[in-house]
Amino acid sequence: METETFQPKILAFCCHYCAYSSADLAGSMRIQYPPNVRIIRTPCTGRLETEYFMKALENGADGVLVAGCLEGGCHFVEGNLCAKRRVNYTRDILVEIGLEPDRIRMVNISAAMARPLADTITDMVQTVRKLGPNPIKRNGAPQPENHA
Amino acid sequence: MIVAQRKTILDLLAIVEKHRKLVVLGCGTCVTVCLAGGQREVSIIASALRMAAKLKGLPLEVSEATIERQCDNVFLEQAADAVKTSDAVLSLGCGAGVQALAERYTGKPVYGGLNTAFIGILEERGVWAEKCAACGACVLHQYGGICPVTRCAKHMLNGPCSGSREDHCEVDATRPCAWQLIHQRLKEIGQLDELKKTKPPKNWRPSLSGGCRTIIREDHRV
Repeated sequence: METETFQPKILAFCCHYCAYSSADLAGSMRIQYPPNVRIIRTPCTGRLETEYFMKALENGADGVLVAGCLEGGCHFVEGNLCAKRRVNYTRDILVEIGLEPDRIRMVNISAAMARPLADTITDMVQTVRKLGPNPIKRNGAPQPENHA
Repeated sequence: MIVAQRKTILDLLAIVEKHRKLVVLGCGTCVTVCLAGGQREVSIIASALRMAAKLKGLPLEVSEATIERQCDNVFLEQAADAVKTSDAVLSLGCGAGVQALAERYTGKPVYGGLNTAFIGILEERGVWAEKCAACGACVLHQYGGICPVTRCAKHMLNGPCSGSREDHCEVDATRPCAWQLIHQRLKEIGQLDELKKTKPPKNWRPSLSGGCRTIIREDHRV
């Protein structure tokens, strides 16, 4: 019952040149997708570091979606391939600490793929909903203290 | 540079779980370049430790700090605040950095978070290879700048072992045969004659077998 009513918060890092534009196109085409995603536009998914994914999950995101260009179609040649490797590395760390690796996923979407983007988001929401709330949130997400 | 690798998160957690307040302390020198213990890795490891502790129900607070260099006493002052406000330090420096910290901050537990592996270089993106064994009696001048002590699996000093296959080492087929490289290099620089000289047994006394090594420069002492 809880699984059905649980509304996951999913952080979606979308590349400016593809997935972000396809989200825009989905809006223009009136294609619906679940409101569970919070989209962050990035200049390229290659800009994303492992620490961003870790911090997102640590601070309470139930899932992280990284949407880059189709392989071979990156505006910066291989930024999306770098992102793919970092996502895989993050998944390895999640396995190490006992958190479900499926909470983070890398997808490849072109600017014209509005419908596949909506389907991907829907699928991600369903996957995370099945996994349940991020267990890190149970006692409140911790606030890291940083020294200069 | 010194090349290191992080321990697994669970290994790290087992080391630090008896403490309440931990600082993960990075080093801005070699381990930053080999992507094992710089500011970014501190952030990732601290995050992972916080999450792992939370999942295990451990009351562990983890803060983050990175200083310019851990193996130099002059720079260790930068870590004073972070160390003072924590129960223990998880250093992401090399073995030298961890020990320098422990010597400076007596009475504070300092743990090593990395496995210090070797002295090496970045061969290609994401690949580091050992190039120097720090044997203390360098023979590079005799071998065209390619070290047989480090790069030959059998440390052969008087020619190849004849086990190489297609220019690659028989011990590790992914690595080129050091003696193939030495021959090629000496040929390129016109020093093939070097190979005709019989090399006497190497002096291993300056190597680690004699225990911890120290270099004293009287001209620099005060």
